[in-house]
Amino acid sequence: MASISHQEILLPVKPGFIVFTLVAAAMLNMLPWTGWALWLRPDFVALVVLYWVIEQPHRLGFTAAFLLGLLMDVAEGALLGQHALAYSILVYGGILFHRRVRLFTPTPQIVHVIPLLLVNDVIVLGIRLMAGADFPGYRYFFGSFVGGALWPFLSMLLKLPQRPKPDSDHG
Amino acid sequence: MENQPPPFFRTGPTPLVRLLLFATISLALLVLDARLKYLDTLRQAASVVVYPIQRIAGAPASIFQRASEFFVTNSSLRSENTRLEQENLSQSALLQQLGLLQTENDHLRKLLGTRERLKARTSLAEILYAARDPFSRKLVIDQGSFNDVQAGEPVIDGVGVIGQVTRVYPWQAEVTLITDKGHLVPVLNTRNGIRAVLAGTGNDGALELRFVPLNADFENGDQLVTSGIDGVYPPGLPVAQVVNVERNAAFLFARITCKPLAGVNSHRQVLVVHAQQAAAERPPEPEPPPPQRSTKKGRRKS
Repeated sequence: MASISHQEILLPVKPGFIVFTLVAAAMLNMLPWTGWALWLRPDFVALVVLYWVIEQPHRLGFTAAFLLGLLMDVAEGALLGQHALAYSILVYGGILFHRRVRLFTPTPQIVHVIPLLLVNDVIVLGIRLMAGADFPGYRYFFGSFVGGALWPFLSMLLKLPQRPKPDSDHG
Repeated sequence: MENQPPPFFRTGPTPLVRLLLFATISLALLVLDARLKYLDTLRQAASVVVYPIQRIAGAPASIFQRASEFFVTNSSLRSENTRLEQENLSQSALLQQLGLLQTENDHLRKLLGTRERLKARTSLAEILYAARDPFSRKLVIDQGSFNDVQAGEPVIDGVGVIGQVTRVYPWQAEVTLITDKGHLVPVLNTRNGIRAVLAGTGNDGALELRFVPLNADFENGDQLVTSGIDGVYPPGLPVAQVVNVERNAAFLFARITCKPLAGVNSHRQVLVVHAQQAAAERPPEPEPPPPQRSTKKGRRKS
């Protein structure tokens, strides 16, 4: 099994960096997306929350995910609590599977990430439908697949600050 | 659970318990927000946190737009200038007529002794972002409760009605577009004065007239304007144009599809109309039939 990349020793994460990535993800969600880009847009906050839950389950927990969900609800002008519920369930899924997912390199991890993101979508969709919205079509789920495709890049990017500097080895 | 640490390392409730706790809180919030509308203060507080993030997120797009506005070519400016001049000319002719009609109208109204209509006060607002949510058609504008914007005020552009302010934050407000599913506008057909209710469908560029009888006189190309009987939209603002009338005897009502006139998705500046019309007084409640009342009173006394 190609799990060598996970054996490398990484520096501890700074809490400030986690906060920074979460704010950046929220900002990506709030960019003025329109048209097809809106349908293809993955939920960046869900992606980053899932990443930190899988990599650092003791740093990011339910409370942070819940509060982020509330912020996303306010930003979208949606019913308060739908993203909060979806992210809480996402965190639970992440905690449940984090040992298993971390056995794989980022590319096979996609297979685990996409179902979790889809569950996240289905919860938001279910609440919307109960609140009286119309089913927006299957293109609604495209974002999760795009999110899965972005996962290896995200994982590489978020791991950069944890990589030890090459100089330190040589003296 | 198998993959949990042994009990002596455990630091708090298990993930399942936490999940149930947070799921309960979320569901409670959902019900409170959907059914009871108690959470406005919480929403306002959270919007203060969200506002700077939104402004920063919107900054690259608006900077790009401003930059591209700055680098316009001479020829495009010139063609726009001639177009505007022509428009101005044709509109000034209309405006002269309008002045005449207004004085005549005022005179007639005074003769009739009706209340004079409130002059609408408007303020310019800029669209911060639009339609980020695939489910609903909404805009967020940069005027809020600090700028006297109130929930319920109509929002228009140069051509017609765009929507209505539905939520107000300190520095911004949320506008529900007329194309949002379930958004209703009372309208009037300018050709023959038939009143109807125009409803959004949730699709861009599609509206439908609801509960119109099969034999009602609606044709393709009919202009619909606000009727003003709801006390929210000032009367006479153009809203939509009929594009398709489908009469099928199998259904109770005609299917009339309309297209919004205003650039619901294509503008950067909009006008918020502040003057809330005083709604017409409610007609007196009909008296309940007297024999019932007497029996009730009799029962209470006994």
